[in-house]
Amino acid sequence: MHMLRPLAVGIAVAAAAPAFAQAPQFGQPIAPADIAPWDISIGPDGVGLPPGSGTATQGEAIYAAKCQACHGEKGSGKPNDPLVGGMGTLAPDKMPTKTVGSFWPYATTLFDYVRRAMPFQESQSLTSDELYAVSAYILHLNGIVGATDVLDAQSLPKVRMPNRDGFIPFPRNPK
Amino acid sequence: MKRKGKAGSPPGEPAAGNGILSRRIFLEGALAAGAATAGASSAAAQPLAIEPWMKTPGVGFDAYGQPSRFESKVVRAITSPPNPATQGVGTARTPLELLDGIITPSGLHFERSHSGIPNIDPDRHRVVIHGLVKRPLVFTLEALARYPMESRIAFVECAGNSGALNAPKAAPLGMAAIHGLLGCQEWTGVKLSTLLDEAGVDPTARWVIAEGADSAAMSRSIPLAKAMSDTLLCLYQNGERVRPSNGYPVRLLVPGFEGNMNVKWLRRLKLTTGPAMARDETSKYTIVLKDEKSWQFVFPMEVKSVITRPAPGIALRGPGFYEISGLAWSGNGRIKQVDVSADGGKSWAPAALHGPILPAAPVRFRAAWQWNGGPAVLQSRATDDTGMVQPTRAQFAEERGLRGVYHYNAIASWAIDAKGEASNAYA
Ligand code: HEC
Repeated sequence: MHMLRPLAVGIAVAAAAPAFAQAPQFGQPIAPADIAPWDISIGPDGVGLPPGSGTATQGEAIYAAKCQACHGEKGSGKPNDPLVGGMGTLAPDKMPTKTVGSFWPYATTLFDYVRRAMPFQESQSLTSDELYAVSAYILHLNGIVGATDVLDAQSLPKVRMPNRDGFIPFPRNPK
Repeated sequence: MKRKGKAGSPPGEPAAGNGILSRRIFLEGALAAGAATAGASSAAAQPLAIEPWMKTPGVGFDAYGQPSRFESKVVRAITSPPNPATQGVGTARTPLELLDGIITPSGLHFERSHSGIPNIDPDRHRVVIHGLVKRPLVFTLEALARYPMESRIAFVECAGNSGALNAPKAAPLGMAAIHGLLGCQEWTGVKLSTLLDEAGVDPTARWVIAEGADSAAMSRSIPLAKAMSDTLLCLYQNGERVRPSNGYPVRLLVPGFEGNMNVKWLRRLKLTTGPAMARDETSKYTIVLKDEKSWQFVFPMEVKSVITRPAPGIALRGPGFYEISGLAWSGNGRIKQVDVSADGGKSWAPAALHGPILPAAPVRFRAAWQWNGGPAVLQSRATDDTGMVQPTRAQFAEERGLRGVYHYNAIASWAIDAKGEASNAYA
């Protein structure tokens, strides 16, 4: 009989278990509109691009004012990364100069990155129009878009980057 | 008693060329007997002194302990940014040659940041999960801290670690400058799968895009399968809250995957069908191969090892017995074997491995070496439990060239000169 008591307790706990079986849930529901200020993701298909537009001609002044001090005149680089040039340097036996123009596969990445991280001292400070314009200017410096081509949510994802097909998957990723 | 050396004879059996001894001296304790004779110096020691600290009490307690003031040189090597206006872009590198064991002291764990270390108030920090989920959710730090936690010892290695060895000539660089973007902590936190289950993952989701709260909003795409298996949201590092430079108040651990994916200062997780093609998975952290193509999404840090002692800056003091010690790790599993060579890879002998031997965690290896005072080239070669063997530099270059910058894991060499100084070398 002595053994029965703990056993009975065990059964009682097991019977009550369904009430406790639920995993702990401490997340609070949040409406998409309340996430929107943080949702700066832009896909390579352009999903997430905001309304607005700009051209390289408009972007030149923004670049000179907000970017040139670190990325050099016309994106030539120094003290920070060059944003133009390097075309052809991926060829075998050359040392690659990887820039937006020579290496980046998607133009959407340029808009996304400049919006999230640039200008370095004050990220997310440019308006959508300014972002389209300065992206257009950098693409224009690389000979990818014309000076007056309008970049917006529709046209930016369609920009064909020179190294678009330059990437292959790593063959040894875990399944 | 058979292995007990006579005066002047090596403290163990030779196991490979140029003085590498059998690891059995670590396993069977034969070292003590042998070393007592081989390591003995001819001059007798001075009489023992009574030092001041032996007679007067020391100082009182410290609220937060610090290393001895005599250890002030044990610090991270900080590379100054090319532009003084962009402090906090770059790296602080771990002085592996001055450490032992497998756990990196929290304050010496390497750091790679893209826009400095944000000053985050944990009470105002939020982590949001949204995108392809049934219920978008937001978590306070307090909420995250209420979940059941898990601890694991794991390395984080920057994909750029050892990248200097891609250079055509071996540069005169030290341990931290070459290999110092490697750290290992006991990480404690909440499984990402727990939170994703709570949000309810949509069956079409394939990727989780993780983003930091730093001013660069550093962002990486992680395959959903990895997010659901062993990815952790870490609140603790070596028992205390994650350090600001390592992602306070919460950062990801994506075990075995390249460091950059272990997003620090985590604020947002968005579930999507495809990767974001973020700047740090296109412009950076991709590997230019021998032809024009580049590998993209190179996730695991593959099998690798480095000798941490001897190393540049730690000169040998004359011929005799030395321990060769180092770290071996693999993002794909556990370390199975480490071999050591003192003749530039002509001959090898297995090193002793010190447990625990954990997946995606470094293992400390040790080998015994009788240095004859002549030139030597020290190398280590790791094998993991998937059977992958660390490549030679030639094999590595044969597969992918030397233009890739990232994921350099070939066998590394320290050349020892007649003075006992170690230097970076290719062999
Ligand atoms: C105070 C200096 C500074 C200013 C001003 C600045 N940047 Fe940058 N930029 C940087 C730094 C530093 C990096 C590299 C950050 C890193 O390593 O993650 C960078 C990186 C970039 C990159 C990525 C380069 C590559 O190849 O990966 C682009 C594109 C860029 N900046 C565009 C801009 C634009 C556009 C502006 C103006 C709106 C701007 N930057 C203003 C410092 C600056």
